[in-house]
Parts: sequence; structure tokens; C-alpha cells
Amino acid sequence: MSKLPPIFQSWFESRGWQIHPHQRDLLDRAGDPATLLIAPTGGGKTLAGFLPTLIELSAGNHTGLHTLYVSPLKALAADIRRNLQTPVDEMGLPIRLDDRTGDTSQTRRKRQRADPPHILLTTPESLAILLSYEDAPRIFRGLKRVVVDEIHALAESKRGDQLMLCLSRLQALEPGLQRIGLSATVEDPPALASFLAHHPDPCNILLADPGPDPNISILQTQNPPPWSGAGAVYSVPEVMEEIHKANTTLVFINTRAQAEIFFQAVWRANTEDLPIGLHHGSLSREARDRVESAMVAGTLRAVVCTGSLDLGIDWGNVDLVVQIGAPKNVKRLVQRIGRSNHRYNAPSRAIIVPANRFEVVECQAALDAVKAHELDGEPRGPGPLDVLCQHILIRACSGPFDASALYSEVTTAGPYAGLQRAEFDACLDFCATGGYALQAYDRWQRLMQNPTKEWQLRDPRSTRAIRMNIGTIVDTETLAVRMKNRRGGTPLGEVEESFAATLVAGDTFLIGGQVVRYEGLREMTVEVTKQAGRKPRIAVFSGTKFATSTVLSHRVVALLYSGDWDALPAHTIDWLTVQRRISQLPEPGRMLVESFWRGDMAYTCFYGFAGRNALQTLGLLLTRRMEEAGLHPIGFVSTDYALLIWGLEPVPDAATLLTPAGLRDGLSTWLGENAVMKRSFRNVATIAGLIEKNLPGKRKSGRQATFSSDILYDTLRKYDPNHLMLEITRREAMSGLVDFGRIEEMLTRVEGRIDQITAPHITPLSAPLLLEVGKVAISGSAVTVLLEKEAEDLMREAGLN
Amino acid sequence: MSGYSFTFHRASLVALPSGLLWWSDQRLLCVSDLHLGKSDRIARLGGTLLPPYENQDTFDRLASAIQILAPQTVVCLGDSFDDLAACSALPVDIHTLLTSLIAGRRWIWIEGNHDPGPIELGGTHLAEFKLQGLTFRHIAEPSATGEISGHYHPKTTVSIRGHSVTRSCFLVDSARIVLPAFGTFTGGLKTTDPALQNLMQQKAVAVLTGQKSLPVPMPSGRQKTNS
Repeated sequence: MSKLPPIFQSWFESRGWQIHPHQRDLLDRAGDPATLLIAPTGGGKTLAGFLPTLIELSAGNHTGLHTLYVSPLKALAADIRRNLQTPVDEMGLPIRLDDRTGDTSQTRRKRQRADPPHILLTTPESLAILLSYEDAPRIFRGLKRVVVDEIHALAESKRGDQLMLCLSRLQALEPGLQRIGLSATVEDPPALASFLAHHPDPCNILLADPGPDPNISILQTQNPPPWSGAGAVYSVPEVMEEIHKANTTLVFINTRAQAEIFFQAVWRANTEDLPIGLHHGSLSREARDRVESAMVAGTLRAVVCTGSLDLGIDWGNVDLVVQIGAPKNVKRLVQRIGRSNHRYNAPSRAIIVPANRFEVVECQAALDAVKAHELDGEPRGPGPLDVLCQHILIRACSGPFDASALYSEVTTAGPYAGLQRAEFDACLDFCATGGYALQAYDRWQRLMQNPTKEWQLRDPRSTRAIRMNIGTIVDTETLAVRMKNRRGGTPLGEVEESFAATLVAGDTFLIGGQVVRYEGLREMTVEVTKQAGRKPRIAVFSGTKFATSTVLSHRVVALLYSGDWDALPAHTIDWLTVQRRISQLPEPGRMLVESFWRGDMAYTCFYGFAGRNALQTLGLLLTRRMEEAGLHPIGFVSTDYALLIWGLEPVPDAATLLTPAGLRDGLSTWLGENAVMKRSFRNVATIAGLIEKNLPGKRKSGRQATFSSDILYDTLRKYDPNHLMLEITRREAMSGLVDFGRIEEMLTRVEGRIDQITAPHITPLSAPLLLEVGKVAISGSAVTVLLEKEAEDLMREAGLN
Repeated sequence: MSGYSFTFHRASLVALPSGLLWWSDQRLLCVSDLHLGKSDRIARLGGTLLPPYENQDTFDRLASAIQILAPQTVVCLGDSFDDLAACSALPVDIHTLLTSLIAGRRWIWIEGNHDPGPIELGGTHLAEFKLQGLTFRHIAEPSATGEISGHYHPKTTVSIRGHSVTRSCFLVDSARIVLPAFGTFTGGLKTTDPALQNLMQQKAVAVLTGQKSLPVPMPSGRQKTNS
């Protein structure tokens, strides 16, 4: 066991600290090629990651960059730098620290490139940009270690795939590089270790003491939750009471729009004027900064927030976490709970609040899963090829490369360890020539081979465009919202452009916890005025709607079917009992389908328990099949657990509609024309570099020159259906927005065991779906009909024609 | 024909759902902004490598309209080619197909801002063309009347039940018609843009393209130009 150097020993002692066992373990393993540390929040994880570096650098004989720290958040990089500066200053260590993110000034960036600090704190995107420079080998010379913070979060997205490709590049430059990953509790540590490892080298796993089990309960309320909806406003009195009793409370809620509504309701009930803040990703940077610094200063009693506060920054005094709405995912719930009580070895306290009747069951299932230590997570599959295409272009920016050498290099990255040479070559061909079946002319060359058969950029000027496009976060286009006044006005946040397009002067919506009135659009900014006391239209913020995980869905079905409902409140038991009498309860391994009439409309409800994205896709596929079968479907609505379709004719035999072959066929034909597929394509094509990202300021200058990615998608489908971009789009359709993988999982689980019930009337379980409004999907031909009607109305109103 | 028929300076015209303008008395078909060779030009300038299929697609759609309508005159309102180099670099097969389409009818190329000057195909090259009181030119002149032009690629948005549908469109008022762009790889300029708001009269109509031509009032700009 390695001993702490005296200066560190006395520093720990001066603070009254003991070194944690996992901090010492990591120190012992500092020489290993890769180590993954899994520790609960508050376990001194970050210090553990930096301790080996601080000790090595304390000798003062290292020149150049020694350790690179990568975090998913810009704010985290800056925050950690400040926290790290304290021990460095207090021990008087000869160590230079600096951070580099999208917010870092040009001058500082130039200085960092010319004279790198010992420790550089950065984000995956900023690292990718650094690697695209020709002098990357010089910048990273002498690099000994990479610390990847919050690696569990990065591993869930393409940002993590990109980062691992960057590490493969760094390792080629500095073969002795050591990797440390810092993670919150995850369901499958070996998978995460394999993600981080430099293949085929191993990656060790260190599990810190997880601490005591959390103290977690479901909120008891005076009023039962409503039948549908996700706002949970009914629970405000009891939530206020809890806020009152605690020191500092984090109130998590699933979407930005819901956070706005809940915050307003809390504010109305806040008779004692407790300081309560609002934090979500659509708020302006200024507004978020205000809440964050008030939180650090300890002046807030509660913050209503979305996933924007899921990561990182240490808030210190939080002693209660309230989760509004079913958590959808057990792992996220556990990580959120971990945000309370940062004292090591003290249990976290959390309360879950179901937003509607069905979520009561889901919350109970989630609570059981937490107690059973069963976490969930959908395996992500091999690294996506659009990210690889971007990596190849980045590599080309830094200088000529040999294809075989680059192939072996990228296969050392966990997500790409199983990459076939043919797949790599297809990506290289795409980067070089566009990869079209129609072999175009010699001008279709972004990369070309030089006389020594190395690949290089045909036109060195294209480095600029490639660097501008670096990154895997593809934003929906948003517009800033400001209070209207002569000099710009206070920034409030952002709304999606498509939402702004539906506004007319006088419309009201919620942003930053207040109701505002839309006045007009001025130079890409939505101008609003204050509007007190009117019922707002809700902004359609892009905050992700997570689908309930497979683990949690299975638990919900099991709980429903078991009849073991002691833990559930009486109103919920009544509801389920009536369901069992009128129809039946869904059974594990089977699918319940209910048919009933309501008015002159035939309803069919499919209890698929496959998550909202998959059931939305299933709705698109089934209505098409029903149309072909002459059943005249009219509309459908889907939730995380069921799909409800209505039409003029009842569905005689659900099983024939649900044949796997038919659904798969539908995926490749009908769904190909769907907007969801087009959106996936846009993301893929942007990351791979086929479409350039829309950059602020540059956006409208292109005018007629820019055209929508839908046109590219349609053109490729028509003329080049096997093109790499379409292939990647189809792979993406298996997860994410289309989530066809979950439909496959459902069909395998059910294997044709379908219980079709004809109910006398609407059933208790299907009733909440009927209350979901405004989600009616309109099919292709219906758009024309509605458009025609709208056009007539408009012409008549305008007195034209 | 599911087009929108209207009378403009005593001429009976039809705005076709495909974005073409048909003057049946003259057997004249008018098309604007083909932008042939767009992906070629972007690739040549070191930009991204777009799918090189837009020439074929644009040509196919134009050829099928010509086959059905059998026009005696075809007027291309400019920006037929993305630039002159794109014209000379036109693939041989497209070049041949285009030549056969031009043969046997009067074909007029109006000069555009992307393709001024002569080009190597058949047909007549003109800065503008007049027929029976109507003037065909590329960019509208604000003081003109009885004018048919292109250039702006107008598109407009209609919202139905909270969803919004955006389509390229014709703009029509008593003085002028602005055609939508016909080329496959062409974007659009919203009709709320000051350039179009200032050009068109208050009671202008936007005719949406698509399965059927649909006239709607041209939306008034949310913001008039900020002076």
C-alpha cells in the first residue's frame, strides 16, 4: 500500500480528513492502464481521481501537459478547477491548472496551445477540436493520464463514443497514457469498464462502499392523483410542507414545460415567501447562473429543476430530493436520490410523487426496484458510424493518415472494438467521396490519397468547416426570448423555432416561471411583455420525454398481475379491482388487447408496456395496417404502457395485425416516409458532416442556398437506398425516437400470446388514455384534407376569393 | 388538373401543384430556378459532398410535365444552372436528355443572377421576354406590372391544429407573379421576409404547391421592416 507523501498527509490532517479506502485503492492502482471507480455522490470521487496526479506533479519535474480531465459539462470543468486550486494553493504545489471549454476566450486558448498547463480541464468537444490541430502531437507531448468524470452519463450518448475515439488518438500519440473513469452507481460495471478500456488492455473496477440504503418513500396526499396528466400540481400543498421541513430541497421534474407549470403552482402556494428557484435547460445562461450561485451560497430553500441539474456540481446542503412524476428509469432515480445528503455514510432522503393514477403503480414498482438494488439500462450496441465519420474527418484535419493504422487505432476504443474493416472502409469512402452508388466525378473528393497512399484533405481550407461542425449534440433550432424594451431587454430563455412559428401577437406562454405575451419577432429574437394572471399556452420545450425502461415496465406488469397491492393506496386498489372485474389485468409474457365501443367509434387498446417511443411507432405501423385492412382507423394515442387506436370498424383479430414480419416490413416501407425517421436522418447527416450545422448568426445568410435535410433524405431514398447515411439512420431507428428494438422485445416477450377482450364499455385501465389530448397523429392524406379546409377558412376570413 | 386557375392581365393562367405555371392559350409552360448542378458546385468549392442525384430528379419532373402538357414554348425564368461551370460540367446523359427536350419547341432561357451570359445548350437566351403584355424576367422590378419572375424561392407556413405545414408557393397579386423554385436542391425564403413583404401588395395570395395547389392569403409579416 502506497504511503501518502508527508505534505499530503498533513494537509488531510489539517482539514480533519481521513483518506477514504477507495481514494487509497486508486492511488495504489495509479500505474494500471485503466481503472473505473464507481462511488456514490459525496464520496470524494473527484479528489480520488486527481490524487495520483497531484502527488506525481508535486515533485515539480514535469514539463508540459500531465493530466487531462474531461467532464460532460462546461460548468463542471470550471467548478472542478476552482475546487482543485484550493489544495494546490494550500500545499503550495508547483502545479498549473486551466480549463478549456466553448466559453474560453480566444487569447486563453492560444496560450494553452502554445504553453499547455499541467492539468487541463475540458469537455469532449473541446478535446476533439484540440486533436484536429496539426500540432496536436506537440500539445499532448508528455501526457500521462486522462480522468473522465461522470463517465456513466457520457457512456449513454454519442458524446461518449466521440470521447473514446479521441482517447484512442491520444493513446496513439502517448502510448503510456493511463485512464481513470469516475462513475455514479450503474447497472453493469463491466460494460462501462469495457467502454473505457484501451482494448485489448484490461480496465479494473474499483467499487467504493455504496453507503447506507436511501430513505425513500411515496408522498401521501390529501387528494388522490388525477387520472391523467404529468404536472402533479395536485401535490403542491404536501410538497410545500416537505420543503418547509427540510433545509434545502431539490425538486426534480421530467420536462421543462412541466417544471414551469409546477414552479408557478409552488409559487402561488408559497405564502411565506420561501426563497425557491427554477432551473432548466431552456432558461437563459444568466437566469441559470443566478440560481446556481444562490444555491452555492446556501440562500435557497428549494430549486425546481429538470435533468439540467442531474450532473455534477456539488450543492452541499441538499437534504431532500423530491421526484415529481414517475422516474421512468430506476438508475436515474438512484442517481438523483444521491444528490441529497452529501455527507459520506449518511442515508439520502427522497420522496417520489406520482403525477397520475397509473404512475402510482409505476412509482411503487420503482421503489421496489431501488430496494432490490435492481438497476436498468438499455445496452447501447456498437459505436455509431456517424461519429466515426466525424472522427475520420477530424483526423484528416490534423494531417495525412494511413487507413490501416487508423483502423487499428479506432478498434482500441471500447465502442468500436468490434468494428469490421468493411464498415470502416465505408465510412472512409463516405468522408472521401460521399460514398454514392453513382460514381460522381473527381470533384466529389473531400479526401484524396497522396503519392505515399496516405489520405489527406483535398482542400486544406475545408479544415475550417470541419472544425465548426465538431460535436455530436444536434440542437433543435431555438430562438431567444427577451422582454421587449428599447435596449434589447432581459433575456428569459429559449423556445423552439417551430413553437415560435405558431404564435401570433397576443398569445401567452410560460417561461422562467412567468406568463408572458408574445409581441413579435425581431432579428431572431422573440419579444414578449409581462402578462399577469392569464391562462398561458404552454411552450413546447424540447426537454426529452424519456420512455419507461424495460426493467421498470416489466416490474409494473408483474405488480399489476400479482394482486399483491398492500403498498398501494386505497383509491388505486379500487381502480385495479374494477379493471379485474370488467376486463382483466395485463399478464407477464402475454399481451392484453381490449376492444370496446364509445359512441359510434370503435376503440382498441394494446397494453404493450414498451415505452412511449416504441408504442408511438407501433401506432404508426398498426394504423397503416388497419387502413389496408379496411378498418378505417382515425387516430391513436400512446403512453408508456399502452396504445389506444380508434376508428370506424372494430379490430376483429389483433394477433394478425401484430405479426413480426408485417411490422418489420412496415418499418422499412411506411415508416421510411415518417417525420421521426427524417429527424433521425438529420442528426446522423449533421454529425457525419453531410450537412453543416446551423450556426447562430450564419443561419439566415444562406437564404435560398440552404434547403431542408428532408430533401436529401427523400433523394437518397429514391436514388441510393443503400447509402451509408440511410443505413446508419435505420440502425438508429432501432433505439431512440423510433425505438423499434423495444417493439421487437415486446413481440419476443409475447410470442403471439394475445388476450383479446371485448369489454362492455370503456375500461378503468384505458380511461386515462382517452384523457390524453392533442396527440392525434394525422396521416398523409388527412393533412391535405385539413390543409384544404384551413385554406378555405383563411381565404374566407380574409375576404378573398 | 388540380391546379389553381386565375386571370392575370387578361391571361388565363394555372399555378400547377408541381410549381410550374401554365398558360394554355399560348401553350406556354414557365419554370423557375432549376439550379441544375448545385451539388457539383458545392463539391467543387470544397463544401460537403451532397448526393449527386438532383439533376436527374429535377429533369425527370420537368420532362414528365412537358410530356403531359406538350407546350409550344418553355420559359425558364433564370438560375437554371447553379453557375456557368455547373452548366458545362453537366453530365453527358443529362445534357443529351435536356437537348432532346428542347428540340421541337421554342425554348427561352432567361438570365439569372447565378447563370448570366450564354450557355452551351440550344434555345434562346434573353435578359427578359415579353408576350401579350406579360413580362418574364428573373428578379422582380418593384415598379413593373404584368410581370412574372422567380429568384426568391418563396415558401409559406400554414398551421393546422397546432401542427405547421410549410410548402413552397407562388405569390400572386394584381401586378406580379413570383414562381417557386423548381430544382430539387432548393430551399425557400419565407413569405414573411421583408424582401417579399415589401415586394407584394397587401392582398396578395400565396398558392401552396404539393398534391394540390392551395391558395391562402399571403401572411402579413409579423414584423414590418425595422427602419
